[in-house]
Amino acid sequence: MSSDGNAALKLAEVSREEVDAVVVRFAGDSGDGIQLTGSRFADATAVAGQDLETFPDFPAEIRAPLGTTYGVSAFQINFGSGVILTSGDAPDVLVALNPAALIVNIEEVKPGGLVIVDSGSFSDKNLQKAGYKSNPLEDDSLEKYRIFPIDISRLTLESVNDIEVNKRDGLRCKNMWTLGLISWMYDRELAPTSNWLEGKFGKKLPDVAKANIAALKAGHAFGETAEMPDGVRGYSIQPADFEPGIYRTVTGTEATAWGLVAGARLAGLDITMCSYPITPASGLLHVLARLKSYGVTTFQAEDEIAAVGAAIGASYAGSLGVTSSSGPGIALKTEAIGLAIATELPLIVVNTQRAGPSTGMPTKTEQSDLYLAVYGRNADSPLVVISAHSSADSFDVAIEAVRLATKYMTPVIILSDTYIANAAEPWRVPDADHFEPFKVDFRTESAGFQPFMRDDKTLARPWVKPGTPGLEHRIGGLERAYDSGNVSYDPKNHQRMTNVRVKKIEGIADDIPLQSVEVGTDSGQLAVVGWGSTYGPIRTAVINLRAEGKAVSHIHLRYINPMPKNLGELLARFDKVLVPEMNMGQLSTILRDRFLVPAEGLHKVTGKPFRIVEIEDGIRASLEK
Amino acid sequence: MNDIAAAAELTPKDFTSDQEIRWCPGCGDYAIVKIVRKALAEIGTPTENVVFVSGIGCAARFPYYMATYGFHTIHGRAPAIATGVKLANPDLDVWVVGGDGDMLSIGGNHTLHAVRRNVDLNILLFNNEIYGLTKGQYSPTSREGTRSPSTPMGSVDHPVSATSFALGAGARFVARSVDTNQKHMPMVLKRAHDHKGASFVEIFQNCIVYNDGVFNDFTEKKTAPDTQLHVEHGKPLIFGAEGNKGIRVNHDILDLEVVTVGENGVTMDDVLVHDETNRTLAGWLARMEAPDFPVAIGVLYCNPTESYDAAVGQQIADAKKKAPQASLNSLLQSGHTWTVEPH
Repeated sequence: MSSDGNAALKLAEVSREEVDAVVVRFAGDSGDGIQLTGSRFADATAVAGQDLETFPDFPAEIRAPLGTTYGVSAFQINFGSGVILTSGDAPDVLVALNPAALIVNIEEVKPGGLVIVDSGSFSDKNLQKAGYKSNPLEDDSLEKYRIFPIDISRLTLESVNDIEVNKRDGLRCKNMWTLGLISWMYDRELAPTSNWLEGKFGKKLPDVAKANIAALKAGHAFGETAEMPDGVRGYSIQPADFEPGIYRTVTGTEATAWGLVAGARLAGLDITMCSYPITPASGLLHVLARLKSYGVTTFQAEDEIAAVGAAIGASYAGSLGVTSSSGPGIALKTEAIGLAIATELPLIVVNTQRAGPSTGMPTKTEQSDLYLAVYGRNADSPLVVISAHSSADSFDVAIEAVRLATKYMTPVIILSDTYIANAAEPWRVPDADHFEPFKVDFRTESAGFQPFMRDDKTLARPWVKPGTPGLEHRIGGLERAYDSGNVSYDPKNHQRMTNVRVKKIEGIADDIPLQSVEVGTDSGQLAVVGWGSTYGPIRTAVINLRAEGKAVSHIHLRYINPMPKNLGELLARFDKVLVPEMNMGQLSTILRDRFLVPAEGLHKVTGKPFRIVEIEDGIRASLEK
Repeated sequence: MNDIAAAAELTPKDFTSDQEIRWCPGCGDYAIVKIVRKALAEIGTPTENVVFVSGIGCAARFPYYMATYGFHTIHGRAPAIATGVKLANPDLDVWVVGGDGDMLSIGGNHTLHAVRRNVDLNILLFNNEIYGLTKGQYSPTSREGTRSPSTPMGSVDHPVSATSFALGAGARFVARSVDTNQKHMPMVLKRAHDHKGASFVEIFQNCIVYNDGVFNDFTEKKTAPDTQLHVEHGKPLIFGAEGNKGIRVNHDILDLEVVTVGENGVTMDDVLVHDETNRTLAGWLARMEAPDFPVAIGVLYCNPTESYDAAVGQQIADAKKKAPQASLNSLLQSGHTWTVEPH
């Protein structure tokens, strides 16, 4: 087989084959620029008008030793002309830039799938590092797949020959060469990427920009001119049927940040966001740190406790206090969150969950902090817990968190996860002029003021900004007397205050939408109940099985605490309840506890999102039981 | 409101809340709260613009007794929480009150960073060298050999010096006073208030129940003139009942030593003159301990620089100036977008 297209046969105009949806995975060393390649391809795909969902999957190490399996970084994208809700199950196409990337990812590729490898990187040393005893390109171990070896390393170097870059910098362009080839395969414009490269490197490093663009074009030209093996050709995909409007791609991190800014605007507040760096949550601090002109102050605290403490102090002073972290950091914040519960101050806590316990797998996704969010504090300490089901949904969830925190004077935990934080999807940008404001009404009237006198309806205490004359008062973590807030050890008062703290949060159920059914009917054989980032695979699986005639419905919770008022009654209308979760059964336990429903769990904690087929299998198994 | 006009009207009573004080009879905290109210009345910031933030411990009950805004928080975290208050509203006078356990043990990290960042907070550390509220365990400032319920054979770990710690953390204002010194402390508190940036004040405070008399070696009225050195910027470091003892540098050992003016040829010219902007001298003064040295009281170090909150505020102002029309739609549509036309 011609491996590098030196024959360079100009093929006759071959018509492109039309396909509905494709899953492509780019994989290589963590220094190969795989995430960049993927996100550029996603951008070009969005420009082409197709729906998409991405899954960046990378190691915690910034630059793991070259060629090792634990240094492999991958980026999967599922795109097509129909509705795309997940980053895809098995890849149709794998691009592996070294042997380690091949060995780590090959098992997940569809049988018969196309595997493009950089044969130039298949040296004895790299094969050995990856754990190959012999070169898989030279034996029949890969016969399940269509293997297309190309000496990408050499072709990349050739493409940058005329440009003033050293060999190392030249070789670093091989991700762009690869992107050029895949762009040709799926009929992508190169302009969005070359413009981006020009903007990124053009001024400071013009030669680097030139080299990358040359490699990108060379990869594309290779596709156009080289003789392709059987079954490798250009494809075309129709644009997806999107609602008219302005679109962009958005990650969960961006959508959360913008949602917080929007929520604060609607509440008439500035944001004071206090955080401590932790993977995968730091991105939120980074995005908000650039939004100072929107009334955002960011504070990188000395530790997780200081971060939540400063956020609480900011809320006390009349700003919207926000803190964010991942599981280990949230664990450290729990005592302070209890203080915010006791002093009844608004506070937004964003938990971008990752695989645990302890340090676990920092860059891998999981949903295992649900117990921590709902129960993870000393004493009876209820608060609001809501979860985002996708990158774009994070925007609405963040706004809702601000609304509830300020209206009810309570901490709100937003549960996101590594997958949502990093994954990108197209988003129809809402018109902010049409958002419903929920302006905070700070108390300024001194007549009859008591710090803990509650609103009859919401049971929220008044929010007073220090600096307001005549309303000087003291609050603290010691139990407070009903109304006056003075320190009280009165036994009856503690019972009463505990009751009202519980009742206040429970009462929020009257202020949130009733639980709807995402897919299917509101009764039947099986309700598949999810929360958070399992939305895409559950929804797709349920749609698929309903097409097969199965009496199955999809219910997805945004509100974890309190839960919608009708949820118990809704679940009772199904014979069975199946709860797929990326944990060992946390929501299913809570549902059993709250509603005494026979909820069964479907658990996955591999650090990777559910595949659609895994949910389908789980549903089938449950129905057959 | 005009602060100067208000100052004329404010009295200690205006800073006194209606809450009954729950410290042990004879506790040094009574004297401190009284002096703080007096000093605040003299400083003249209206009560609504004053916030007291505290952690946990005897000292941390302080905010309840002040008729200002107050936040009694959790153990050790007061400097962090106060940082958030100041960031959200830099116009407030924010005071942080805590004990040696609160601010140097469980909250040592937050004290370090509030001081290092130079957040405009007035940090009052009531040092009684013991855990009072938990019934008398030794603290990080307890002297070696302190017998306590948790160290029945005497403590074996070495204490931390609060002022050396603060100087090491990069504090720009470090001062000391004594709970019973009604004349001296108001001056120190006013200086702390006037200093823009983190002001760190250690107040030696007697715990009458668990550590009574631990500071007697330098606070006894009778011997205090010989055991305390009141430092004042631009004045010689002179102390003693006779007013003839001084501090000078011994160049052979590169350290301070006590000398008597008029003896062994020592003149006033040999005695160091206090320069509160000199960090090296402040470090020396902070380390002086009884019985070999008098304990330095007063403003050991004051060398202002831009505060953290001011610098943060400047960045925000600059950003707003650069992008004055920060509408939500401009944010949501920033970067790359595309339009799907109606079909």
